[in-house]
Parts: sequence; C-alpha cells; structure tokens
Amino acid sequence: MNEHKIRGLIEGVKTGALSRRGFVKKMVAVGLTAPMATQILMASGVAMADSPPVYKPTKRGGGGLLKMLWWQGPTLLNPHFATGTKDQDGSRLFYEPLAGWDADGNLRAVLAAEIPSIENGAVSKDGLSVTWKLKQGVKWHDGKPFTADDVVFNWEYAKDPATATTTIGTYKDIKVAKVDDFTVKVTFDKPTPFWANAFCGNWGMIIPKHAFGDYTGGKSREAPANLKPIGTGPYKFKDFKPGDLVTGDIFPDYHMANRPYFDSFEMKGGGDAVSAARAVLQTGEYDFAWNLQVEEEVLTRMEKGGKGKATVIDTGNIEHIQVQFCDPWNEVDGERASLKSKHPILSEDAVRQALALLVDRASVEKYIYGRTGPATSNFLNNPEKIRSPNTKYEFNIDKAADLLEKAGWKKGSDGIREKGGKKLKFVFQTSINQPRQKNQAIVKQAAQKAGIDMELKAVVSSVFFGSDVANADNYPHFFCDLQMFTTTMTQPDPEVFMNQFCSWEASTKENKYQGRNTTRWQNKEYDDTYKAAQVELDPAKRAAMFIHMNDLVVNNNVVIPVVYRRGASGQAKNLTCELSGWDNNTWDLQNWFKEG
Amino acid sequence: MNRNYLIRRLLIAVPSLLGISIVLYTVLALAPGDPFGELATNPNVPAEVRMALRAKFGLDDPIYLRYFHWLVAMIHGDWGFSFVSRVDVDTLILQRLPATLFVIGSAQLIAILVALPVGVLAGTRPYSVFDQIANTLAFVGFSLPTFFTGLLLILIFSIQLDWLPFVYRSDINAHGLQWVWEYIKQAIMPVTVLGLFQGASLVRYVRASVLDVARLDYVTTARSKGIGERRVITRHIVRTALIPVVTLVALQMPIVFSGAIVTEQIFRIPGIGSLLIASILANDTPVVMAVTFVFACLVVLFNLIADVLYGWLDPRIAFR
Repeated sequence: MNEHKIRGLIEGVKTGALSRRGFVKKMVAVGLTAPMATQILMASGVAMADSPPVYKPTKRGGGGLLKMLWWQGPTLLNPHFATGTKDQDGSRLFYEPLAGWDADGNLRAVLAAEIPSIENGAVSKDGLSVTWKLKQGVKWHDGKPFTADDVVFNWEYAKDPATATTTIGTYKDIKVAKVDDFTVKVTFDKPTPFWANAFCGNWGMIIPKHAFGDYTGGKSREAPANLKPIGTGPYKFKDFKPGDLVTGDIFPDYHMANRPYFDSFEMKGGGDAVSAARAVLQTGEYDFAWNLQVEEEVLTRMEKGGKGKATVIDTGNIEHIQVQFCDPWNEVDGERASLKSKHPILSEDAVRQALALLVDRASVEKYIYGRTGPATSNFLNNPEKIRSPNTKYEFNIDKAADLLEKAGWKKGSDGIREKGGKKLKFVFQTSINQPRQKNQAIVKQAAQKAGIDMELKAVVSSVFFGSDVANADNYPHFFCDLQMFTTTMTQPDPEVFMNQFCSWEASTKENKYQGRNTTRWQNKEYDDTYKAAQVELDPAKRAAMFIHMNDLVVNNNVVIPVVYRRGASGQAKNLTCELSGWDNNTWDLQNWFKEG
Repeated sequence: MNRNYLIRRLLIAVPSLLGISIVLYTVLALAPGDPFGELATNPNVPAEVRMALRAKFGLDDPIYLRYFHWLVAMIHGDWGFSFVSRVDVDTLILQRLPATLFVIGSAQLIAILVALPVGVLAGTRPYSVFDQIANTLAFVGFSLPTFFTGLLLILIFSIQLDWLPFVYRSDINAHGLQWVWEYIKQAIMPVTVLGLFQGASLVRYVRASVLDVARLDYVTTARSKGIGERRVITRHIVRTALIPVVTLVALQMPIVFSGAIVTEQIFRIPGIGSLLIASILANDTPVVMAVTFVFACLVVLFNLIADVLYGWLDPRIAFR
C-alpha cells in the first residue's frame, strides 16, 4: 500500500464511500495501529469521530461493589513507575490522563476540555506543538483543584532520570509549558506527526503536584502517595496490598456527571488465568477478569456456565518467529552472533522463504489460540494479498521442499537435507508457556517433513524475557537460529516499535545486548526509510513509509508472523464495560455499569 | 531449665543463620533472571533507564559487596525494599503474615484435634477395623498432594455445589457476625486441605508412639493395679506417648509453612507463600531473600523450641 492508495482511501472516507471504521480496519491490516489511522484522517481534514461512551445510569452510585480479578495483581500504584499492564491498570483506577484511546483509535477526552486538532488550532501546522485545554472544576481526591501546574509537574517528574520513571521515554524529548491555569502547551524539538503520546493513554496518567512535588528525583521512592494514590478518578483510594488487593470507594466530587455507577470496587490479584476465568464465567463470583490466557476449548466450555462471557479486543501484539542473521554458534572477535559474521544457513534467502512456508498458522489458530489469536498476515504485507482472503498466508510443505531442493539442499540418508557438508539443522527457542510449546511442535513437524532438523528449546519466562547481560539464554542475546515470542506495540505510533529492525539498534556485546534489533538484520533501504519517516510530517506519506518497512521485513523473511494476539477478558453477563487494545484495561472505568 | 544451655543454643544459632544467609544470597545472585525484565521488552523504556535502575539498586556490584550491604542493613533492621513495588520488604511481609498465620494456625489446630483422638484410638486397638480405616485414610491423606485436594475441593464445593467461594479475600465488606461467617466460609477449604495433609501424617506418628508405649512394663503394671482402661490410656499411655509427638509437631512447623505456599496460590490467599511465588516470578531478589530467610529463621527457631520442649517434657533428658 503506497501513499497514493492511502490518499485514495482518505478521499473515500471524505466522500462517504468508505466508512471511518473501514479505513481504520484497512490501516490495521497493514500493520498500523487504530490511533495512528485516525490521526491520518484528522490531518487530512476528517475530524476525529466523537467517542461517546455507552452509559445508561442516570445517577451517581447505587451499583454496589464491583469485583475484578487480575491474576497478577498490581504491585505499585504510581503510573510513572508501572512496569507492566497490571500496574498501569491499577494506577488507572485512581489516576486519569488528559485523554484515552478507544477501541477504534479515537481519543476520548478525560481531563482535557476538548481534543486538540488542526481545525481548532490546538495542533500547530508545522507539527512542533500542541496545546491542551484542561477541563475546569476537576478536583483531586483530597479536594484540591486540578490545574495546569499538575500537568507541567508530571513532565518534570517523569523526565528526570533520577526519578527513574518508566514513562521517561514519553517525556524526555518534549517541553511542556503552562499558558494559563487551564492551558498547557507541549512543544517538540522536531516536527512530530504523532503528538498524542504525552498525557494520553497508558503513559499519560497525571499525578498531583501537591502530593509528589517534594519527591522528585532520588527521593521518589519515599513519597507516601506512591502507596496511597490521590487522583482525579471516579473512585478514591481505600486500601492497597501489593500483588494482592486494591480497593476504592466512590468519589462524590467526580468531574463527570452521574458517574461512577458502583459504590466501591475491589481488584483482587494472584492465582492463575484458568481459575480467574472460572470465577467469572462459571461461578460468577467476580464481575471481571483480566487477560484470560486460557485455551479456546477451556474458555468455551466455561462460557457454557452462562454466568459470563469472554470478550476479545484488538491489540498491537504479534506472536512471531525471528530469524537470526549472524552466526550464533561461533565466536568472531570473542563475540557470538557478531555483526561481522553471517549465519551459515539462514543468510540464504531460499531457506528463510522455505521456513515461512512451513509455519502452519491456520492450525496454530485453530488448535491453540482460537479467538484470542487469529492467524495473521500482519507485520508482513502486500496490499493486494490483504484484499484477497485466500492468499493471506501460505502453508505448503511441498513448495518449501522444492525451494530448498532448487537451492541445492539435498536430502541425506537420514532424511535431513545438506549442502556442502552442512546439515540443515536449527535450534528454535521460546519461553516456557504451553501454547508456545505446542506451536513449536507444529513447526517442527512440518520442518521435519521438508527435511529440516529442528531442535526445540524452551526457556523459563523470567529468564527468557530478562535483560541480564550475563545470561545467554534470554531473547535479547538470541544465541540461537530461531526464536518465538510476542512483541507488543505499547504505543499507538509505530516509530519506536519499528526501530527494532534498524541497523544501529543491533544487539551486541558492546551495547551489553540492550539493542532492540535482535535478529541483527542489516538493511540500508530500511534504515533510510526509517530515518525519513522520523521527520515526515505528511501522515499519509509517513504511513506509506511504515508499510514499506513492514514489507521489507516480511518479504525478506526477517520475521515470520504467526498469530495476532488479541486481549481476552472475562466479564459478567450483565456488566457493560468498554475495552480498548490501545489503552489499558481500566481506561474507561468511569463508564462501567451493570444492568438487571 | 538450664539458662546457660539456652544461651549457648542461641549463640550457636547465629553462625548457622549467617551460613544460611550466605548460601541463600549466593544462590539467588547466581540464579538467572532480571528484576527489570519486563522493562526490557518494553520499547517505550530506553535502555539507559534500565541501566540507571540497575546501577541505582546496586545490581551491578560484585556479589560479595552486595551481600555485605545486605547484611549490614539487615543487622540495622533494614530489610531493603522490593524492586518491583518499591515498598519496604518488612511492610510487605507484615502485610501478608496475618493471613498465613491464620490459615496455618487453624489448619494445624484442626490437624491436632483430629489426629490425637484418632491416633490414640488406633494405637490402643491395633489392627482393629477402626485402625484399618484410620490407617487407610491417613495414607490417602498424605499421599495426595495439597494442590490436588485443593482443586478437587474447588471443583466439588465451588463449581458443582456452589457452596463456598474459592477466592480468598483479605478485605471483606461486611460487619459483625456476617463478617465472621464470610471469613469462615472462605477459610474452610484451604484450612481443610492443609489440615488433612498435616493431620494424616500426625495420625501415623501418634499411633506408632502409642503402640510403643502401650507395650511398656509400667503400663502393664498400671493395668494390673486395676486402674480402669480409660485412665490407663489418658494418664499413663498418652502422656508418655505424646512426648515425641510434641517435638514432631514443633519440627513440622517449617514444613507446614512451605506446604502453605501451594495452597495459598490455589486459593489466592494473600500470605507470605504467595508473596514468595510472585517475587520469584518477578525476580524480586530482596523479597525472595527476606522471605526465604524468614523461613530459615523459623526452622532454626522451631528446632530450638523442639529441643527445649523435649527436655521439659521428659525429665530423663538432661541439658548439658
């Protein structure tokens, strides 16, 4: 999909030939996120759709207790320290951002009075600044007013390396200034097409200056409000036991009318996904359960209990197989998988193509992930193919064998192909997780039929996903031929996400394996496109560049996408709650309610 | 009671705890894993931040230096803080302790209440029908692991019958009797699971001990004096037979704690066992270290208690 086609689609939306949702779907299909798609529309003069919540109750409170189950409970409640979704979800119970992302990628104002746009003059045409108007009359849970000072403070707090926040990436390169008590201006060093990152969604929750002001920098850990949050959210803090329980009571001065519906909530942590699903779907002990990583078959059986339903939402997560481009087995200058080396087998295009043909995505979807993981052509893309449902991806052992045969890999007496004395043999690693082991087995089986010997390796999750410099088994080292895991696109804008294939990001001994390019693929065209996209202001052009980068990665079989991981959660039959894959699970908590 | 003996034992405990802490610390430090692993997979967090955090929390220092820092802080009563929640470790442990003590305490109580009469009855009537049944049940009881019986009870009482909740809540929204009832309701299953497991092995101990004592000459003498059977059992047999059992119960306490880890995980009991599991999974070294060290202290302490109790109950043993 090139720039021209994108413009055509935008025209379609303008004239009404294509729906907004249709456009967003098409963009998501080529690997962009929904929020990015709506930003493209906005920049082209199609206003962002209103994102009205469905909310029926006509008065505040009266809904009793809302019981939620997170099988990994939040361990801290300061959004700037959140290390994972569980902490973000927990923090979001009390704190709010200026705006959140809905499932279609639209911004929904929370603490902002309105969503900035070029039309209302809040987003500058040169892409160098955005001005946010804040909602007036918002109160913190302790009664103090929420003002622009709080917003500016969050920027100062987060960008200070001594504070050691996890949101630093969002705030370190911007400048935030107070215009008046209810207006702040965010300025960027360079033209920034994606302006809605700071103060929005996952990384945008705002903490009060009066509670954290004295605890910036090295003292950040000592702030009492780290454990006793004072936010602007619909519920105020009651109790918190790290990893176990978070409770809150209704905040009578909440800034949205008639909200919230529940009188109090409880978020219980601990246990495992299966029993969490059971507590919602089968026994109805709980109203909501997070992240149900449960096999499809089990989930469907539990749903028959009739107490609840499992819902899936689109996210930016892709389960994929990475291919190693450097030689992981021999040292060059004292370094395995050194950039100076070349993988003896996998650097050959035909072998990688054959491997891509050997991943039976349809079976993986059907037998392992079900609703929560449709087979994907995403991350890989060729627009013609996307429109044709038959050629989304291919699984063809004969074709793979043929490719290998043509490339000179002949079957030996043991059925394993070889060329020039080299055996066609790979070590394939992933983390220990039942679906992944099944997936590995499916790949191995097909590979065997095609004459490839595949050794499977499974590493404990806590080690595999670690960044320990001394441990060679983790994924950033990738001292292996193939590896599989889910890569998460936590930000709606793909810029940071896509740097994982840039040459300069290669994971090496020198950067202590902190580089994000673990496949160590080096491609000049990709690098150049990436650099160009970083400063491209025209959203359609920029989107086309990212799609081109996707194509490069997939057509070169640098990675083999397997399934698109969707977020599954369980909810009681009578609970209405809107979820979004582009924000955290509790992003719309103020609008949750029960019927009947 | 010999005070010197007690002081000597306490002094001996110091080097053994020191040794235990060294071993624990080294093993933990050598174990693979990284408390900031989750940050590593997050593209929004630049590598520098991760490195700064590592440096700030002293993860890049050599092991012996880290151990030394930990030890000095520990002696000053500073347990350090969790890398994951950035909360002081002692706060975390104190938060979790009541739930563990409540569940383990009631389980142990039930185990003793059931095991004593059953064991004594079985021991005084060896190979009777009652003994056979008690024996069989005891074998079943301690052969079934707690995670199995736990899941079994959940399936029967929560899912099929819908009588009991299987999620343990430390914060119940109720008052007065209602609160008590809710608390008991949610504790029934975990306490039963743990209690049965403990009780089963205890029955075997009591029975064996009673069998031994029942054959002794003084019991025969007592019987020949014409004292009633009931009094022979309660006054003469049980008193002596319970001496080894009491020490066994004391020595078993640390095992009970570790058995509770699994049960806590299944029923989502916010105790120190589930804290330990969560911390291990998150590579939260300070918490893992503290919890395992607490367990180690318990072992040493209960050993000491067992020894002291032994001497106190059995005058034949002298402290030297």
